[in-house]
Amino acid sequence: MVAKINGKEENIANGTSLLSLLELKSVNPDFVVIEYNYEIPEREKWGEIFINDGDNIEIVKFMGGG
Amino acid sequence: MLSESDLIRYERQIMLDGIGIKGQEKLKFSKVLIAGIGGLGSPAAYYLAAAGVGTIGLADFDEVSLSNLNRQILHRTSDVGRLKVDSAAEKLSLLNPNVKINKHNIKLTAGNIADEVKDYDVIIDAADNFETRFLINDSCYFLQKPVVEGAVCGFEGILMTIVPGKTPCYRCLYPDLPKGEPFKGIIGMTAGMIGSLQAFEAVKLLLGIGEPLLGRLLIFDGLNASFRVIDWSKKRNCPFCGENAIVKNSAEI
Repeated sequence: MVAKINGKEENIANGTSLLSLLELKSVNPDFVVIEYNYEIPEREKWGEIFINDGDNIEIVKFMGGG
Repeated sequence: MLSESDLIRYERQIMLDGIGIKGQEKLKFSKVLIAGIGGLGSPAAYYLAAAGVGTIGLADFDEVSLSNLNRQILHRTSDVGRLKVDSAAEKLSLLNPNVKINKHNIKLTAGNIADEVKDYDVIIDAADNFETRFLINDSCYFLQKPVVEGAVCGFEGILMTIVPGKTPCYRCLYPDLPKGEPFKGIIGMTAGMIGSLQAFEAVKLLLGIGEPLLGRLLIFDGLNASFRVIDWSKKRNCPFCGENAIVKNSAEI
């Protein structure tokens, strides 16, 4: 299936959760927030949300430098 | 009223639709506070002074250090050891002596922030740490002050404009402080991009022109030379602006 991740369409295996997506991308979950289909799910739910065809996912880094 | 020299100084922007004499006068009577006069605050302050924003507040308690100079372009080698507010105010006054500069040489705290921001129309968050960013945003949320929120890390930056009650709040994006030490690497141009855009957002808010980044998040990636703007909605259960908000005033933060 195909989901849009940070604006780019990507092939994602069935049964991939938001948390496992981060793992696949070697992203430390502590340093990002996720917008899933224009909503912002609780961090604790990331392991329970499975990606569907056509989903829109934004992985946004924590940025606080000035 | 604009003076004759104002009309010359600002002629290239007065000729723009959306600014004009009226807009320029509006800027002259506008007040912007810049929290943090570092990598973001330097270009933001310089462009706002150049544009003729009448009053610019500079909030910073730090001194200039040598390792600041790869990005904090208001400060020079000879300023090392000086207060950032002094160094910045001097350059801004040299650029535009008509701008009133308020120096706030203090560390923003929950106890003083309401006093520091109360006289300003727009707050530019250019702080270098999350604790101050949460403090600014939480307080401005309850004080109903718009915040132009910009941040950088490495080759990347983000930007959003927060208008309390109208847009998602900072806590919708970042509910809690991140775990662990943030990465401190940064190249100056990243801060230059985002700081300039913060000044731009402030001018748009002050003049009511264009489309500020309300409910939208701009993500800049310098290595890819890309800008992406994504829609960002309120978090339903945000502790500040959500349906069942649990934090009702700044005393509860």
